[in-house]
Amino acid sequence: MKKSGAKGWLYLLPAIVLLGLFMVYPLIDVFVYSAEEGYNFVTQTAKGIGLYNYSYVLRDPYFLQAVKNTFIIVIITVPLSTGFALLIALALNSITKLKELFQTVYFLPYVTNTLAVGLVFMILFRRTAYTDGMINLLIQLFGGQGVDFIDGPYWAKMFVMCFYTIWVVLPFKVLILTSALASVNQDYYNAARIDGTSKGRIFRRITLPMISPMLFYLIITGFIGAFKAYSDEVALFGTNLNEAGMNTIVGYVYDMLYGSAGGYPSYASAAAVILFAIVLTITCVNLMVSRKTVHY
Amino acid sequence: MKVVLKNLTKRFPNRNKKIGGEVIAVDNFDFEIPDGKLIGLLGPSGCGKSTALNLISGLLEPTEGQIFFGEDEVTKLPPENRGVGLVFQNYALYPHMTVLQNIMFPLQNLKGDKKLPKEEIVRRAKEAAHLVQIDQLLERKPAEMSGGQQQRVAIARALVKMPKVLLLDEPLSNLDARLRLQTREEIRRIQKETGITTIFVTHDQEEAMSISDLIVVMKDGAVHQIAPPQEVYDDPVDLFVAKFLGTPAINVFRGEAKGGRLLLAGEAVLDIPGVKDGPLAVGIRPEGFKPDPQGPLAVSLRNVEVMGRDTSVVFDHPAAESENPRAIVASDERPAGHEKTIRFRLDPKKVHLFDPETEKRIRPEG
Amino acid sequence: MNTQESYARIEKAARARKITGRTFTYIFLVFWALMVLFPFYWMILTSLKSTSAYNSEFVPKFFTLAPTMENYAEAFTAVPLGRYFLNTLIFTLVTTVIMLAVIVLAAYAFARLDFKGKNLVFTLFLALMMIPGELVIITNYVTVKTAGLTDDGGSALRHFAGLILPSITSVFYIYLLRENFAQVPDDLYKAARVDGCTDLGFLFKVMVPICRPTIVTVVILKVIECWNSYVWPRLITTKQEHFLVSNGIQQIRESGFGRDNVPAMMAAVVVISVPLIVLFLVFRKKIMEGVSRGGTKG
Repeated sequence: MKKSGAKGWLYLLPAIVLLGLFMVYPLIDVFVYSAEEGYNFVTQTAKGIGLYNYSYVLRDPYFLQAVKNTFIIVIITVPLSTGFALLIALALNSITKLKELFQTVYFLPYVTNTLAVGLVFMILFRRTAYTDGMINLLIQLFGGQGVDFIDGPYWAKMFVMCFYTIWVVLPFKVLILTSALASVNQDYYNAARIDGTSKGRIFRRITLPMISPMLFYLIITGFIGAFKAYSDEVALFGTNLNEAGMNTIVGYVYDMLYGSAGGYPSYASAAAVILFAIVLTITCVNLMVSRKTVHY
Repeated sequence: MKVVLKNLTKRFPNRNKKIGGEVIAVDNFDFEIPDGKLIGLLGPSGCGKSTALNLISGLLEPTEGQIFFGEDEVTKLPPENRGVGLVFQNYALYPHMTVLQNIMFPLQNLKGDKKLPKEEIVRRAKEAAHLVQIDQLLERKPAEMSGGQQQRVAIARALVKMPKVLLLDEPLSNLDARLRLQTREEIRRIQKETGITTIFVTHDQEEAMSISDLIVVMKDGAVHQIAPPQEVYDDPVDLFVAKFLGTPAINVFRGEAKGGRLLLAGEAVLDIPGVKDGPLAVGIRPEGFKPDPQGPLAVSLRNVEVMGRDTSVVFDHPAAESENPRAIVASDERPAGHEKTIRFRLDPKKVHLFDPETEKRIRPEG
Repeated sequence: MNTQESYARIEKAARARKITGRTFTYIFLVFWALMVLFPFYWMILTSLKSTSAYNSEFVPKFFTLAPTMENYAEAFTAVPLGRYFLNTLIFTLVTTVIMLAVIVLAAYAFARLDFKGKNLVFTLFLALMMIPGELVIITNYVTVKTAGLTDDGGSALRHFAGLILPSITSVFYIYLLRENFAQVPDDLYKAARVDGCTDLGFLFKVMVPICRPTIVTVVILKVIECWNSYVWPRLITTKQEHFLVSNGIQQIRESGFGRDNVPAMMAAVVVISVPLIVLFLVFRKKIMEGVSRGGTKG
């Protein structure tokens, strides 16, 4: 075995080089960037070191809007999508006929290009000179007042945003929860039935504790995923998210880096570091809560 | 509470869709389980005994037939209204609850006028725990206990709501040999103390024999024999029952009836008055061979296994169908081991005759 | 009231509850199935309507009696959709193949080879799993730009290198594969060595075939990821002939087919969505299995 010492490193070499170049170095570098004041892209020099980039970003109304949007998306879509996915998974697990067909249909959004399908959502929700759009016509049919969901008031845009996000993230959650539910030993349910346990009690006292590890896994990854929301927004509102007032933190990072207002990697870095800090905090809180409530 | 099964039948659609059709798991059960007895449902795996148990518990609905608890029909009654306790093969203890919480769980489910105050629930749970002697373990979680302890918790949980009928699905199969012996005594004791009609399922004939008041022997969904343990052993109704019970297993020979005598490989070995001439399947219990220098049955000795109190004699015989025909003899009667041939006399009570086609028992007169 | 009568009532109530419960379950499931399928139906429907028919419908019709393929012709001629397709296909294939080679070697080193510092390196690898891509993409952009691997600086080939370089390794997949490799019994390795098999031979003749399910999982996830990748290609690509489908669709959204030609747009969307959906319908079981083992999206 001694001889394979060099061999081991040789096998690892490609991975180490790539990860070093595109993960480790940038990881350190992003903190450096975020601290370099007045960095110039062309000359690649900075005027000094400090926290100016952070204070700039934190005072930038676009960034504050992005933070607000991101938090709204997170707070609305994570609980709703997880709860709804649980409901669907419970329904799926209670049937045998057509179960596979439903599962296949529900999984479809996972394998579609979210930018492409986002375009369809935009068409369905938007109002143009030619038509009020599918959804508005439906609303009017039920006596409601139509509204332009894509170019109209903030809450309408946020509604489409959240709806589409849930539509996109649901397949994964349904899949995980369905298999989590299916893996609960049927004997537990039989035992509970013999004891005359009501449906609600079976759910609260048996199902929920049994799938709680998977549920928490979904909530944690759900939070992380929702904080990184970006391309779904682009799909619905176009690349100029600041103008639409629908930018997210990740969107802000990219806009700072590139886009029309781009070319400021320092600001982008500061924003990215802030995002990372937020996600890290939330994940830690999640883990602490799960440690207290997940039983095994 | 007596349990009556009338023409009970359960058919499942075949799982293999290519073959299609139906599998009959329980075929026309028609018998009565008397009140306050311990009944063993015995059969090889896949014979439908667990299905039968699930029909009685109400987890499955029968395709045909009826189930009565006492005088009341419960065939379509949901399980929770039947008042049964069920102990699962893998115990199905809720892993996230403590022992006490597990035992209290069924009582907490009671609704309406049956609802119990908290103290009463705790008191009764502790009483049940005491009955199965796990008072010390109430705060543990299932994962922190041995298989035998988990089994007791499962029984306590089934007993705590004072069921009319207690059902046990392979209660001992997950325990090691020593615990199995201990736990089966425990089940017997608990059943005697509570007097609850108890039905348990097993594929282990020794287990069934040792504690049951009555054994129901099943194969392929059909009941073969219902009788007390000793009777099932001494007086099997067919070849399957004879083969399934007893260790070491019964020895099977190809024989022939001729003029009221039993011939094995052409030699007359026993008088069987009144049996029609023709081929026979002959089952001889290992203890039915009596060493006797003048005995009519000559066998060639293959091997002698010393077991202490008894000796097991493995031999060859041209008419034997069993691969290792074996006689159990008292140690002081054992052959020295260097003879080529030894002779036996047969104990007529230990020799059972069967029709080789139908495998049904044929009884000589007198 | 005797017991038998009350039993009969309980039975009846239980039956009624069961039937209503089942009915509601199916209604709910069908409802959401329609919600999922409707956008797909709508994009196919719209893509088959002629532009003039579409624009004249103030209230959109739910069917069309005169389906036309003209939008598909338009989608392929007005924008280089075929080109986007080819780019994405090449990008997906090359990225997946190279990544597989990199991660198989690394996973093998972690699972089977012994060398100094292995545990330390592995721990560092695991730590890297927590780093979000958003944090490192900034420097990567600068690195690639500085190295002249974007398409406003370098050649098509250099741009392609810039495109794939950051995504041809993955800590998570190395971890997934290593766990699977480690399950292969040690005795197999010893037996192979005794039989004169080299390390590399053992890896490709024994390990990889045994761990095929995991490798298939990784391939599936990577292909889906590549087909949908948007952010990085957008950052380093400016020339239209280098676009991937996601960039293409975004550009179609921004600038449209001249005037706002929705049917043509939908035709493009259909064309882009079809390959993955077909792939999914064919390998449905494998894909769902793979995603539930290693997916994270959402």
